[in-house]
Amino acid sequence: MLLSAILTGLVLGGTYALIAMGLTLQYGVARIMNLAYGDLIIAASFGAYVLFTALGLNPLLGLLVVVPGGFVLSYVIYGVVLQPLARRSRDRASLEVDSILATFGLLFVIQGIALVIFGAGFMSYSYLAVPIDIFGTTLATNRVLAFGLAVVIGAGLWLALTRTRWGTAIRAVAVSPASAPLVGIDVDRVARFAFALGGALAAAGGVVISMFLTFTATAGVVYTMKALIVVIMGGVGNLMGALLAGLILGVVETLVATYVDPGLTLAATYAIFLLVLIVRPAGLFGRMAR
Amino acid sequence: MSVLNRRTVLQGVGLAALTAAAGTSFRAFGQDRTALRIGYAISKTGVNAAGAGITTIPNYLLWVKDVNDAGGVALKSGKFPIEVVEYDDRSAAEETVRAIERLATQDNVDFILPTWGTGPNLASGPTFDKFGYPQLAATAVTDMAPELVTRWTKSFWMLGGGHDYAAALVALLVKQRDAGAINNKVAIASVADGFGIDLSKAATPAFTEAGFELVYDKSYPLGTADFAPIINEVAGLGADTFAAFSYPGDTFALTQQSIVANFNPKVFYLGVGTAFPVFTQIAGPNANGVMGIGGIDPDSTALADYFARHKSLTGEDPDSWASAVTYASLQILQQAIEKVGDVDRDAVAAEIASGEFDTIIGKVKLVDNQLRALWTVGQWQDGKFVGLMHTERTDTRQPVVPKPAWTAAQ
Repeated sequence: MLLSAILTGLVLGGTYALIAMGLTLQYGVARIMNLAYGDLIIAASFGAYVLFTALGLNPLLGLLVVVPGGFVLSYVIYGVVLQPLARRSRDRASLEVDSILATFGLLFVIQGIALVIFGAGFMSYSYLAVPIDIFGTTLATNRVLAFGLAVVIGAGLWLALTRTRWGTAIRAVAVSPASAPLVGIDVDRVARFAFALGGALAAAGGVVISMFLTFTATAGVVYTMKALIVVIMGGVGNLMGALLAGLILGVVETLVATYVDPGLTLAATYAIFLLVLIVRPAGLFGRMAR
Repeated sequence: MSVLNRRTVLQGVGLAALTAAAGTSFRAFGQDRTALRIGYAISKTGVNAAGAGITTIPNYLLWVKDVNDAGGVALKSGKFPIEVVEYDDRSAAEETVRAIERLATQDNVDFILPTWGTGPNLASGPTFDKFGYPQLAATAVTDMAPELVTRWTKSFWMLGGGHDYAAALVALLVKQRDAGAINNKVAIASVADGFGIDLSKAATPAFTEAGFELVYDKSYPLGTADFAPIINEVAGLGADTFAAFSYPGDTFALTQQSIVANFNPKVFYLGVGTAFPVFTQIAGPNANGVMGIGGIDPDSTALADYFARHKSLTGEDPDSWASAVTYASLQILQQAIEKVGDVDRDAVAAEIASGEFDTIIGKVKLVDNQLRALWTVGQWQDGKFVGLMHTERTDTRQPVVPKPAWTAAQ
């Protein structure tokens, strides 16, 4: 029973981590507090939905189309809307305020386009909604897949960030955007790349969750909020932090739902969130700002 | 050199103001009536957009099209087409209220249609009342309706209260239990939000009173993403009946999770969203036998015709709970206006309260400003969400219990 609850929780946490990792890159490296993040997830879900229902392309192959799409779209959005803001901002705080306003507008643009094309109704399709037995626990295959993808992406990107040259450049910008140019790093380019990478991760999350969650054109804000909690809890800009925080939240929610009361899952989420912030104000893996 | 000097600009401004004033006053006096002006604020964006987009907006559009195709609304002074003034209330109650004020004072519309949902309709009640417009709340479920109609005398409540639905479900299950089709154990999960709380508050004592044993009765927060813990626990409790007072997203997720976990209770009842056409796409063949809130008369030709018109306009079937009621509320409004023959809102409200109307859900007469002829429990049977329980009718279809076992998921 306990093992089953933990497995179920890990699988749910994988979903949380998957949707949060992109935001941690965007917020931590590009310093864009992207309020339209959840709407990009929804846009990717719509993409997967169309590919699956109209073209019969299964969502796993759909990833190959939608994820690069998310990268390109975010790259363009950053170049057109956000780069001018980043260039003119004097400090981090003013960029955060500007980016919140700009992406708040972007949220309505994406939502509006989705409403015009798809309407406001509930969208859903079924893929890999088959039971899979792991250590005697019955889980939905598509959710296990989301967990696996979160771990693979999280670990892969973490390795890339810590072991490669461009990963080091990204981390340098995350830690100190003012000093990074001194060692020859083009902050503009790195930030743009990180933002686009975050967009690609959001797209991956959108495709995967569309397999098992019903979505609507206006549901993006739910994902933005959930991702934001995970990002802040894990430490802004830290992929491993996002992965771990997502998994912790998933396990805690499931344990509380199983052993205490399903009505208290939300309370438990915020209690953990508060606890982490009290003990480590910068998040699990975060560094204190100077 | 500029050709505009201050005088010409001022003259222009004055002239424009005069024309605008003349325009409004003409419209206000109705001397040049060319249309029946109908206004509404509806949630086209925000959290309520999904519900409004399924149940309310398509019916407003369909009704306007149907009326205008037939030549318009017949007043004493002639037949007038409907002209629509529409606002997006962005799912915020204060926006709804502001838009209704604007419709009443600036746009001078003849009648105002309500927004979608219980909360928004309760919140806009005082505003409808203040400006003297009838409010035909077709998507509000509230047990407070009998009190509300005395407070806001031109308000009409068309979808019953939580008690109606809970009592009907219990009555249906009592019959099944007494016939030996199900055991005495019931498991309930409800969303911790207005509607779920209302229903579970009404259902829990009703189940206990009827002698059922509630082996599970818990609520879950709005926006819960994973129902595996609930389903896993309930599956081991031996209840033949699982009832969830859920919202659409939960309704779909509970269904999918139950299929994956192969949790096959004899009665599987869900809340809002079961009656949506998308449910059959989500559940596929597994929709068959699932019970839920609402229902339609599967043998009514008027309703079948309405379904066909709805599908040809929007490409989708209407939902099988509040959609037909919404369309019927508009038919009631139109027939009341035509009987009065004028846009006299007091007289129209009095007519709605006292008259009998011919609608797609049959002959309708309101009782104390409330529609009391309601389908309360439905079940998917061969692609139709047929009504099993009705507050007045007894000639309803028989429930299929136990529901067929889930077929393997694809």
